[in-house]
Amino acid sequence: MPLLLSGNEAIVEGALASGCRMFGGYPITPSSDIAEKMSLRLPKMGGKFIQMEDEIASLGACLGSSLTGIRSMTATSGPGFSLMQEHIGFAAMAEIPCVIVDVQRGGPSTGLPTYPSQGDVMQSRWGTHGDHPIIVLVPFSILECYTLTIKAFNYSDKFRTPVIILSDEILAHLREKIELLKEIDIKVRNFPEVPPEEYLPFDSRYLVPPLAPYGKGYRFHITGLVHDETGFPTADPEKVRSLQERLASKIPEEEVRDIDVRYMDDAKICLFSIGSIARSALRAVLQLREKNKKVGFIRPITVWPFPYDEIKRLSRDLDVIYVCEMNMGQIVGEVERAAECDVRFIGKADGTIISPGEILHNVSI
Amino acid sequence: MPKLMEVVKNDNLFTSGHRACAGCPAPIILRQALMVAGPNTVVSINTGCMEVVSTIDPFTSWNVPYIHEAFENSAAAISGVESCYEAFKKKGKIKKDMNFIAIGGDGGTYDIGIQALSGAIERGHRFLYICYDNEAYMNTGIQRSSATPYGSHTTTSPAGSVIPGKKQKRKDLTEIIVAHNIPYAAQASPAYRNDFMKKVEKALACGGPSFINIISPCPLGWRFNPDESIEIARLAVQTKFWPIYEAENGKYKITHKPREEVDIEEFLKVQGRFAHLFKPENRHIIDEIRKDIKYKWDRLERLERLYSD
Repeated sequence: MPLLLSGNEAIVEGALASGCRMFGGYPITPSSDIAEKMSLRLPKMGGKFIQMEDEIASLGACLGSSLTGIRSMTATSGPGFSLMQEHIGFAAMAEIPCVIVDVQRGGPSTGLPTYPSQGDVMQSRWGTHGDHPIIVLVPFSILECYTLTIKAFNYSDKFRTPVIILSDEILAHLREKIELLKEIDIKVRNFPEVPPEEYLPFDSRYLVPPLAPYGKGYRFHITGLVHDETGFPTADPEKVRSLQERLASKIPEEEVRDIDVRYMDDAKICLFSIGSIARSALRAVLQLREKNKKVGFIRPITVWPFPYDEIKRLSRDLDVIYVCEMNMGQIVGEVERAAECDVRFIGKADGTIISPGEILHNVSI
Repeated sequence: MPKLMEVVKNDNLFTSGHRACAGCPAPIILRQALMVAGPNTVVSINTGCMEVVSTIDPFTSWNVPYIHEAFENSAAAISGVESCYEAFKKKGKIKKDMNFIAIGGDGGTYDIGIQALSGAIERGHRFLYICYDNEAYMNTGIQRSSATPYGSHTTTSPAGSVIPGKKQKRKDLTEIIVAHNIPYAAQASPAYRNDFMKKVEKALACGGPSFINIISPCPLGWRFNPDESIEIARLAVQTKFWPIYEAENGKYKITHKPREEVDIEEFLKVQGRFAHLFKPENRHIIDEIRKDIKYKWDRLERLERLYSD
């Protein structure tokens, strides 16, 4: 039976279907209804909803519960996402699976609490300090809010990494009809194959070492300090290098990268966009196609790792890529790095959606 | 009590025209506080209802310098302002005597802002922190906070057939603040205007950090008619749900003792957020609340007696 869901509700459905049984949250517009729905649904499923005292604690609680083997999620918006950066770095360093939903609103600071933006694209990649792997998924429909949440949990467990879902205020409260999946492909994290006395939580023979859940007899050390295979802190340059190199290479980009490419076969011009603004871009492409203009559409679904190779390949036959984003120019820099054609920027951060008409007005054909 | 004829001259420091909900007592609280503090006052405020409703472009209700920084740090912001004022004062660059007031709701004070508040008090900045406590995150849509009372329905502690509202008891923030050995801490209620204004006066005169926790019944979140706010704020005191008292250098004084016993049900039954407690299977929660109220009141009275000699 199809359901009429908002983006926030679809994320809740995706999380629950994935087996998420712990949510640590804190109220913040426009993400609060994710917490509210979780507080209603989780207790009925034997799960735990905990409202924490701030966003720092919200993600902290999720990391603690994730170490017990429970799929855990938190949801927030800009100011809360800023507070979470410390724990995102910790999760990357200690390799703890978790899913973080950032329902973007205008920023910086308190910004525009009830209006959308795509201003957290770079923060989702580099918001926490130090080199670290991260996966960031950007839905553009209510169905994708659902399916990408499921994917986020799978990636998170499979690669022992925090995964961020970048939604925004438009998707959060937009409603569309979707059909929930009957069968969910759940990839749980690897369990150690060795007995506790031989277990190394950061075993360098693996790119992604198996993670033993607390309570199964495996005793190990977790720290935000640089550590060796045992988990204990070290500053030995060789061991530090080994960890850094493994972290930098543990996410297979070709597997994780996902890109929505349409009308590109004969295209000379391309509209490139992510998330909710890609809906406007796609509409603009359709309108131009009706006028027989050779316009294509590219939308990274996985924005980090960024699809540099695909953009490079796709851009070879293009004259120009227009990058449409609801910020002052963030992802456009990455497109410029990759593209072998002209790159132009259509963007603003005034709290209003970039309409198809605005895009058409700025595209010269 | 400051002279009423004097303080009403400062009626224009927090002006009408703000966008607070009908029946919200928080603007009354702020206006009365500023009446006492006077025009030489700097205000810092946490993100929250009063920040949102008082400064909608192109208007402001504030006729005093005003800073809104973030959700959690009005006490940190006022620390910076007060420190610089002290430095200017010392160098003779400023002559005026100034008051510093930080304001937050219960979410921004009990939860996310307690670190900034505790730090500012420990460092000994001369400022008054006013927490208008409406007992949940009303600005984001009535989510529970650590000030939300036991058994209360909120959108993140929904009352259903299995879980009857919030399962945890509220944090006693005023006592946490008293434990900082603060010169002046108090609880107040907008139903007792003179009491509140007197407390503001004492707090500002104490020479160091001070704190007033004032209950602020929320028609929307507590589910009552907007014309009943002050009456409910009065019932909170009469039923001893919210004792109004002060601790001056640790010396306790209950500033209003109800003359006759009013049962807690009188307070609970007029609010939709507690409606489910009156079902037979949830009655034990009311008994538990009654027991807690008695325990805390007795404790306060004992503390008061301890310092009465």
